[in-house]
Amino acid sequence: MKFLVCISKAPDTTSRIAFSEGNTQFDVQGVQFIVNPYDEWYALVRALELKEQLGGSVTTVTVGEADCDPVIRKALAIGADDAIRVDANPTDALQVATWIAAQAKSGGYDVILCGKETIDHNGSVVGAMVAELLDLPFISLATSLDVEGQTAKARREASGGLEVVEAALPVVVSAAKGMAEQRIPNMRGIMAARTKPLQVITPESVAQGSAVAQFELPPAKGACKMISADQPEELVRLLREEAKVL
Amino acid sequence: MNCLAFVPTKQGQATKAGLEAISYAARQGANVTALVTGPLTGDGGTGSAGASKVLHVAEHLQDEGQIARVVAAAAASTGAVLVVAPHDHVGRAVAPRVAVRLKAGMVPGVTGPAEGGTFRRNVFSGKAMAHVQVHTEVQVVTTTPNAFGVDAHGEAAAVETFVADAGPARLKLTGFESSSEDGSVPLPEAVRVVSAGRGLKGPEHWGIVEDLAKALGATTACSRPVSDMGWRPHHEHVGQTGITIRPDLYIAAGISGAIQHLAGVNQSKVIVAINTDPEAPFFKAADYGIVGDAFEVLPKLTAAVQNLG
Repeated sequence: MKFLVCISKAPDTTSRIAFSEGNTQFDVQGVQFIVNPYDEWYALVRALELKEQLGGSVTTVTVGEADCDPVIRKALAIGADDAIRVDANPTDALQVATWIAAQAKSGGYDVILCGKETIDHNGSVVGAMVAELLDLPFISLATSLDVEGQTAKARREASGGLEVVEAALPVVVSAAKGMAEQRIPNMRGIMAARTKPLQVITPESVAQGSAVAQFELPPAKGACKMISADQPEELVRLLREEAKVL
Repeated sequence: MNCLAFVPTKQGQATKAGLEAISYAARQGANVTALVTGPLTGDGGTGSAGASKVLHVAEHLQDEGQIARVVAAAAASTGAVLVVAPHDHVGRAVAPRVAVRLKAGMVPGVTGPAEGGTFRRNVFSGKAMAHVQVHTEVQVVTTTPNAFGVDAHGEAAAVETFVADAGPARLKLTGFESSSEDGSVPLPEAVRVVSAGRGLKGPEHWGIVEDLAKALGATTACSRPVSDMGWRPHHEHVGQTGITIRPDLYIAAGISGAIQHLAGVNQSKVIVAINTDPEAPFFKAADYGIVGDAFEVLPKLTAAVQNLG
């Protein structure tokens, strides 16, 4: 069974968010980058668990420049067998999806996993685009994933509960909370990751469908209005008359 | 400008998120055609929200790959230059496929109308906004639920049967595990949410959270430690690695307000924090705060809400 896991780098959750060059670029100064949590905790770990169960290999694919290599090594340290980096600085999801789809196609993978979204762009777009580009079924927002023979069986988030779904392989799956638990890489994994193959690919150019024209920080939040613990009815009054949410 | 809106339905009626997508497009002056698949009662409420016409596909399609084929065909046949869908669990799987089929630029999760050719959306888990320019003539956007509201004009839309090749169903639905046995609104759609964390000290104390939620007509949620410890189910976990919500009112009791939690709730319109620790970071992100013990404050708050009548 061949698994392909899409890995993005993302700024650590506690990073200060600031922009440079007239608010057109994310200011990376002093920012610690991590593997996007949905990609790491759920998609990658579940792929490794399924490989341990069924045999096969786990390859990661990342679209990005050389500054992505540390997070790719982290994914290899957690247990992926090898990695592909498509050397480009994409401006939109369609470019990312097109390049991933090209790798997925040439590699002949059975299951292509990605996190449900990245914590910087929050787009939730790439998985479905990859599925469409490859003309494959797509299981979105999956909270569990099993493979039986040539069939993927999953639960996925739906309104008011979980849908139980299945699709014949190959399949594209986006991973949400519940699919797996975080794995901390051990020293052996970290050492092994240094020598695992990381293939760098120069992609063909793809027209951009969209691009961020400008970033903006939200207006500063006003001070929190404190209410005495003995006067909850005052809070209710404010919620009704001032905030108008009751 | 012709717009095609993909509108999910539930029991024959358009979902609120689907109606918001229609109203979003109609307010920008678009002539909105709604596309609905499966059971539909009347116009499903779409006309009142701003749609002039409904294209109805009788088959209840559940594979979003099939839905995307039908949506793309309907967009082409109506000459739509804007395709909208709600940024919910269905729209998120449909819209990117439609964008690929139409070779259209896409903006997911918009929070504002198109202005000067750009769409506003939240990025960095709500800590910033981006203005996104689309470079293609046909544009696909998904609308953030509970960001726009639904218009009510009172005119029903004409319903026409639409026939298009949806291709084979490759994703099969074999079951459903309900998580809202009590009939409460699912979290991503909830307008009011009452949430609690480790400060509640154990799952046996959740009655006071549920009582307040019931009084408010709210849905219950929890912090990550609470779902990790198994006190509450995973689907209630709001925050960075759980689900992101955007209710009108978010009440958090016994949650310190770690940045990972705030990332999932900071787009709420009004936030109330209740915590014994006056230094809890949640008070910096909240609009209203009460320093106090959730075990005392929540029952009093419930009584005060009930007294509103």
